[in-house]
Amino acid sequence: MSRISKEQVKHVAHLARLAITEEEAEMFTNQLDAIITFAEQLNELDTENVQPTSHVLDMKNVMREDQPEPGLPREVALKNAPDQKDGQFRVPAILE
Amino acid sequence: MALFDHKISELKQMLHRKEISVSDLVDESYKRIQEVDGKVEAFLTLDEERAREKAKQLDNEIGKKDTYGLLFGMPIGIKDNIVTKDLRTTCASKILENFDPIYDATVMRKLEEAEAITIGKLNMDEFAMGSSTETSAFKKTKNPWNLEAVPGGSSGGSAAAVSAGEVPFALGSDTGGSIRQPAAFCGVVGLKPTYGRVSRFGLVAFASSLDQIGPITRTVEDNAYLLQVISGLDPMDSTSANVEVPDYISALTGDIKGLKIAVPKEYLGEGVSRESREAVLAALKVLEGLGAEWEEVSLPHSKYGIATYYLLASSEASANLARFDGVRYGYRSDNAETLIDMYKQTRAEGFGNEVKRRIMLGTFALSSGYYDAYYKKAQQVRTLIKKDFEDVFEKYDVIIGPTTPTPAFKIGEKIDDPLTMYANDILTINVNLAGVPAISVPCGFANGLPLGLQIIGKHFDESTVYRVAHAYEQATDFHKQKPEL
Repeated sequence: MSRISKEQVKHVAHLARLAITEEEAEMFTNQLDAIITFAEQLNELDTENVQPTSHVLDMKNVMREDQPEPGLPREVALKNAPDQKDGQFRVPAILE
Repeated sequence: MALFDHKISELKQMLHRKEISVSDLVDESYKRIQEVDGKVEAFLTLDEERAREKAKQLDNEIGKKDTYGLLFGMPIGIKDNIVTKDLRTTCASKILENFDPIYDATVMRKLEEAEAITIGKLNMDEFAMGSSTETSAFKKTKNPWNLEAVPGGSSGGSAAAVSAGEVPFALGSDTGGSIRQPAAFCGVVGLKPTYGRVSRFGLVAFASSLDQIGPITRTVEDNAYLLQVISGLDPMDSTSANVEVPDYISALTGDIKGLKIAVPKEYLGEGVSRESREAVLAALKVLEGLGAEWEEVSLPHSKYGIATYYLLASSEASANLARFDGVRYGYRSDNAETLIDMYKQTRAEGFGNEVKRRIMLGTFALSSGYYDAYYKKAQQVRTLIKKDFEDVFEKYDVIIGPTTPTPAFKIGEKIDDPLTMYANDILTINVNLAGVPAISVPCGFANGLPLGLQIIGKHFDESTVYRVAHAYEQATDFHKQKPEL
């Protein structure tokens, strides 16, 4: 039984904001299915009482003094913008 | 003897005795790039004008200052996922093809303070996702020992450039083996520091809980010099550790009498080639001869590393790479009318297949209904893998095995089969999951291709890793051999 369907792959692509063609959906379905099937070997392990590790070092909230500092100058922040207008990032229509 | 066959310590003396100038070092680098980079294709961008200007400035300072930077006048290559102010930084991706960063990574600031000179930016797998540098959107870097073989990856450009003598050393980054594996394939020395040892500020994030920047060099001593410069707490990276940076160079005593080495049976077993196994057993003999003792141990969860890694790293990547949306920087598609379509087209056109595959896998693993089964499960197995290492380090000083199961494979051989490509990382990946430091040093050849010995240490114990690697290096001459180009 396959672990992931083509419809799911298309849904995941939408969540990830990736346009995919029908051919790519096919390819990713096969490849992701193989990878997920492979990953299911983890189910051999009983992890009932095992704490998850998100971070290897024993550190918690790292704090610093809240001191105001100058931000980026606008022209620097906009330097790599693909499109800009009146000192702001410009994007295509948000509402149809 | 080529200029870059000298160690940093020797080059510095030669500079101070005025036998050479900083400009000579920079010339040597660009001359060699001119000669061989057409074949090796390690560099993506050169910073020649600024490098030569900086060299002149430093030459004028020789004999006039009281103190000199630890890397005074030393030319260095930088992996192209480390941001360099006003110097193109692409991550070998079309989506950042025209990106000129507005700030320097912390490691770049530290190199600047140490008075090193940036020669240029080095090719890599796109966003550091790959084990062969073949997923670069721009060029295929070749292994200097055999131009039909891959240099390894993802820091393939960094390892190949050092191996080919284009720069005496380089920075790479290592998320699942991306410094050690190319170092092994190209016959050079590469260290992945302890997670938190080196600031990640300005390293374009792939998997934030695993990524570390580290040095790729010709010798262990040079490697220690470089780590000395780039290590330390950084207020700009809250995951950089507040742990004192020891003097790594003074750790290179050559004395490993009584050292306790653990050799995991999983690292010499199934899937590891005869050549890799024999090279490691021969290396253990050398270390025994120097007074170390070794015993076989088990890291019982080793085989689960690849699945754990690909779930966790891809999940983190899917979140980290969400920032590439065509709004603030990077490529933007012209083929879209609305904002959502612009995001989708930009990312579809800007990312290559391996990057897309991992974003998809990560998005799936984190998605509602699958999170517990995949992401959380992998985090729990990570705990077990980390504990394997902790248990062994209660009794042993270092863990030793091969860096890779085989020497470098052919270009094109594995690129179409993700799982086969991923399997290549089996010996390096668990080190990242556990967060411990590890080095690869040259330990032999198979069919003319280099092999690497991996030495793994305890958290923040790079000093012992270096001491063992250095003692081994001094007793062998694999590191002195160079590819003919």
